[in-house]
This record gives sequence, C-alpha cells and structure tokens, in this order.
Amino acid sequence: MGINWLKYSAPQAFYPLAGKLIPWFSVVAALAVAAGLYIGLLVAPTDFQQGESYRIIFVHVPAAWMSMFLYVVMALWAAFGMGLNARLSFMMAQAIAPTGAMFTFLALLTGAMWGKPTWGAWWVWDARLTSELILLFQYAGVMLLRTSIDDLRRADRASGVFALVGVVNIPIIYFSVKWWNTLHQGASVSMTAAPKMAATMLTAMLLMTFGFWMYSVAVILARSRCVILEREQLLSWNKPASMPDAVEVR
Amino acid sequence: MTRPGMWDALCGVVRRDLLLAMRRRSDAAMPVFFLVIVASLFPLGVGPEPAVLRTIGPGVLWVAALLACLLSLGRVFTADYLDGVLEQMVLIAQPLPVLVVGKVFAHWVIAGVPVVLLSPLLGLQFGLDGEAVAVLALSLLLGTPTLSMIGAIGAALVLGVRGSGLLVALLVLPLYVPVLIFGAGAVASSLAGVGAEANLSLLGACLVLSLFFAPWATAAALRIALE
Amino acid sequence: MRGERRLFSDVNVKVEPGTLLAVVGENGSGKTSFLRILTSLLPPEEGAVLWQGQDIRQLKEQYYAQLTYIGHLNGVKDDLTPIENLMASAGLTGDQHSSPLVQEALESVGLKRTVHRLPTKVLSQGQRRRVALARLWLSTHPVWLLDEPFTSLDTASTALVTERVQSHLRGGGLAVVVTHQEVALPSDVIQRLRLNG
Repeated sequence: MGINWLKYSAPQAFYPLAGKLIPWFSVVAALAVAAGLYIGLLVAPTDFQQGESYRIIFVHVPAAWMSMFLYVVMALWAAFGMGLNARLSFMMAQAIAPTGAMFTFLALLTGAMWGKPTWGAWWVWDARLTSELILLFQYAGVMLLRTSIDDLRRADRASGVFALVGVVNIPIIYFSVKWWNTLHQGASVSMTAAPKMAATMLTAMLLMTFGFWMYSVAVILARSRCVILEREQLLSWNKPASMPDAVEVR
Repeated sequence: MTRPGMWDALCGVVRRDLLLAMRRRSDAAMPVFFLVIVASLFPLGVGPEPAVLRTIGPGVLWVAALLACLLSLGRVFTADYLDGVLEQMVLIAQPLPVLVVGKVFAHWVIAGVPVVLLSPLLGLQFGLDGEAVAVLALSLLLGTPTLSMIGAIGAALVLGVRGSGLLVALLVLPLYVPVLIFGAGAVASSLAGVGAEANLSLLGACLVLSLFFAPWATAAALRIALE
Repeated sequence: MRGERRLFSDVNVKVEPGTLLAVVGENGSGKTSFLRILTSLLPPEEGAVLWQGQDIRQLKEQYYAQLTYIGHLNGVKDDLTPIENLMASAGLTGDQHSSPLVQEALESVGLKRTVHRLPTKVLSQGQRRRVALARLWLSTHPVWLLDEPFTSLDTASTALVTERVQSHLRGGGLAVVVTHQEVALPSDVIQRLRLNG
C-alpha cells in the first residue's frame, strides 16, 4: 500500500488529514442517523406491550453501546500513548472523553424517558442503567484528573492509567450490579426486557449505531484538531526567544 | 553484608509506617471516630425504628466504612511524597509493587483493622443479630484490605494535585462499588436467612484480584507523579 | 522538558570512576532535572543514560542497587529520630545499618550524640540536611547523585562532606553533584558541565 501511515502520527501531519476527513464522516453520520430515525420512528411496527413509547430505545441502546465502546477506545489510545510514548495517542484519548461522556449522559437521559411511561418512575436501578451511571462517573474522573493536573505529560499519563483501571472495572461493575439486582428481589425491573426485535427494529438500531459512530469520528477528529492547536500554542509560548541550547563541557 | 530481599524490604516499609503511626496516634485514630459519627448520623436522620434500622444497617455501615477508608487515603503516600521519602523508595533495588503492598498493608492495619474491630458494636446499634454481626465483621475483614489497595491507586494518581481530597473520592468511589455491593450484600443475605457464603466468596475474589493488579497500577501512578 | 519548556539539549557526557561531574548553571537551567534524569525518575525526551553500557531504564533495579541519590528533599521523616530514620532507610537500600554504625555516621557528618535520639522535627534545617547526608557514610554504592548537598551547611560540615566524597572517589566510586558552589577537590578529578538555561 502506498500510504505511509506512520507519517500521520505526527500532529502536524495529522491536523490537515483530520480536516479533510471530517466533512465526509459528518455527511455519512447525518444520513445514517436520518435513515435510522426514519425507520425507527415511522416504519418499525408498534410494540404490542409498550406502545409507541418504546421507540426511545432507538436512541437509548445505540447511545449506551457507543458510551462503552468509546471508553474502551479511549483506554486503548492511552495505552498506545504510554507504550509508544506517542503524543498524538494521548491527544486522541483526550478528544474522545467528552464525546463518550455525552453518549453516556444521553443513554441515561433516554433511559429515564423510557422508564417513566413504562415503569412509572424516572429512574430505575436496573443493571444497565446503574452501570451507565458509574461509567459516567468514570468519564468524569478521567476528565477531571486531566484538568486538575497542570503538567501535560503527567495529566496524559495519569488519566491514561485511570482510564485503563476503569476498563477493568466496567465488566466487574456490570456483574456486581446484576448480582445486586437479584439480591433485592423487589426492585428487579429490567430495561433489557426490550421488545422482541422485529427485523426493521434491528435495522433501525444498527443504522443509528453506525450513524452515532460516524458522528463520533467526525466530532473527535474536530476536537483533536483543537487539542493539537492548544498544545502547540502552549509549546510556542514557552519557547524562549533566543536562548542557546548548547552546552559547554570543560 | 547482604542485600535485603523483597520480604525484608516489605517488612522494613511496614515497620517504618507503623512506627510513624504510633508517634501520631490521634491522627491514626481519626477514621475510627469518623466511622462512629457517621454511623450514628443515620439513625438520627432516619428514626430509631428497629425494623428500618435493621434494613438499612448493612448498607449504612458499609458506606461508612468505605468513606472512612476514603478519608484516610491521604495518609498513604502524601507525607512521603512531600518529604522525599517516596522518591527514595522508588530508587530501591526491590520492585516498587512489593513496597506498595507494604505501604498499603500498613495503611490497612492503621485504618482498616480498627473498623473491623469496631463493627460488631455498631452492628448491635443497628439491631443486627449475632450471626449478621459476625458476617459484618468478616465482610469488612475481607473488604477493607481491598478498599485500601484500590484506594492506593487513587491516592497515587492525585499526589500533589490541588483539590486532591475530592478528586480522589470521585476516582475511587466507582471502583469501590463492587466491594460495597458484595459486602453489604453478605450481611443482608445473612439477615434474610439466605446465607452469606456467595457474597463472601465474591469479596474474597475481589481481594485476590486487587492484590494482583492494584500494586502495579499504583506503582505506575507513583512513577508518573514523581516525574 | 519541564512543563513543555525545553531545558537543554545535545548533552553528551561521560563520567569515569574516581571522578566527579559538577553540574553548574543559573537557577532554572535544568540542573535538578538533569540529575533526576540520571536517577531515572525523569525520563529524557530523547537519548539515554547508560550505566556500564546499558540503558538504566532497562536495568531498573540493578541500577538502583548501585545508586545513592540525595535530592533537594531530605527524605527524612520528621516524627522519627535521626537514628530511626537512618536505620529504616539504610535497611531498605541495603546499606550497613547497625545502631553503632549509624551513630558513627551521624557523628562523622557533625551531629553530636545528644541530638541522635531527638525527633528530627526539632532539629534545625542544617541539622536535618546533615541527617540526610549521613547516608553517604553508610552507602556502599558506587554511584552518588547529589543535588546541592552543601545547602544549609556551615563551612565545617561542608568540609566534612567534601572529604567524604573525596574518599568515595578514591575508592573508585563516581559522583555527579549539582552545585552552585565550587567543590574543593583537586581539579584532576573534577569535570564541569555548565547548563545554559
């Protein structure tokens, strides 16, 4: 293959590449989400149990998937950064966090919106929703840790370590919250009792997921450009105007 | 003159920290006081009805123990970081994770063991019966070391960072949730007559898992903090 | 780099056994960072530190076994006595640590027996610095990395420490010392590295 991918690992080369890619991803995202919503809201059949209100899952489930997927991707980028000492990897991890957090929040919000008509309460402590809540805290931790540490290098690495620890925690949380649900029989409502999937419903969900994914790529590329700019500025402010780096040894 | 092995280094670390705690006994006793105060706040807030207290007891006591551990995390590494002892520890010819285990063990002896010992009294305050009280103490015995190990990761990540007290709570509490669920669950199952073995084994599993992974993560975080 | 500012570049230096490298320069020129790179606490942006031909980042504990580092911070616990401090730290680093030897070391650095059993927090800055430096009399490691060892010391103590460093060098050890004072050693054992900030 002709493309030398390695050259794009330098922020200066990555910046224009990202700029060129963003419009494509945005367009695909818009189309996919539009198609998904069309099918989900208008074409898919009414659920015989939950009526129209179930349609919120076309946003809720893809958002939840994206929130977890993005967390793992963020942790992977952080791992690359630490393993290869590559700054761009850390910048990607930094760019991913807010989008991941946004999807987590969206999943929680739509979860509540689904819960109200279905179960009569704005919040139910089922395994999936509670895990999403903890995930939101973990995203918050990653972001807050980064902003609290002044030294960029330390901030990158510390939030990377926390992201990786969090990845291990997510399945444990999910298991433990499910366990907790079975302990306390009274509160065993389950959001996972989604209506049986008609083919159209599945298509809609997959389209929405794909659309969210494309959207994420576009937004993250855009944000990573901002991160690059920020960091380059920081570097240039600190470079002394005319100082000899050279060192004398006698 | 022989170079000390890992075990000697670990004992050396533990010995120094315990000696330091003895010199500042009041500092070391604070988590215990906190536990008692918090545990007493709940009946004051919720009302003294025995049935209610028995229901919320396991959860409240576990949350209080968890918060007491959280508050004491500042003492694991901060003092050593500030006076230069930490960087000396990193430069020792023994693996840093081993030394971390030593520090965390000492922290557990100082902050965790008193909680375990005090828990039966607090359990009785909440109207827990004999078996439940025993399960409570056992669950805390298994759980508090895990809390110390996981907490150490957070403590190491925020060394020297402003606002670290609250930040460490935010980082560490999501990681504490499984231990809380299994710990409080053990006592709740015992109260319900179901038997606490399952939850207790899960607590044991958490302890083993944390013993294997937390020291590495903590050591990595310490090196990052010292750069 | 410190906070995104490049401190120095293109440093190439070799330190032979029996010699001392004095790192000098203005405040903020990166002397402490340079020394910390030599300890491996701080990774260099580019390049490597080699000990006997091997990268210290690969050697890790093997390198630490050869190293005694005394930085800006004393590495001394305020609530313990000088004796307890040295027994604990020497025990961990594998240096000699019997009570009489420790007391001897404290005396060699100029601390009288009367203060050996006082908690370190009641000692003066200079006395605390001397407790930290007493490790040099207990150290059996060949590589000494010292950051401003003479701060807070009076002339008498400075002479004592310099003498100890000299006997260390004569014994085949080597030292890298960050200092803004002249080190009173014969010039044939001193190499100077000046960092321009």
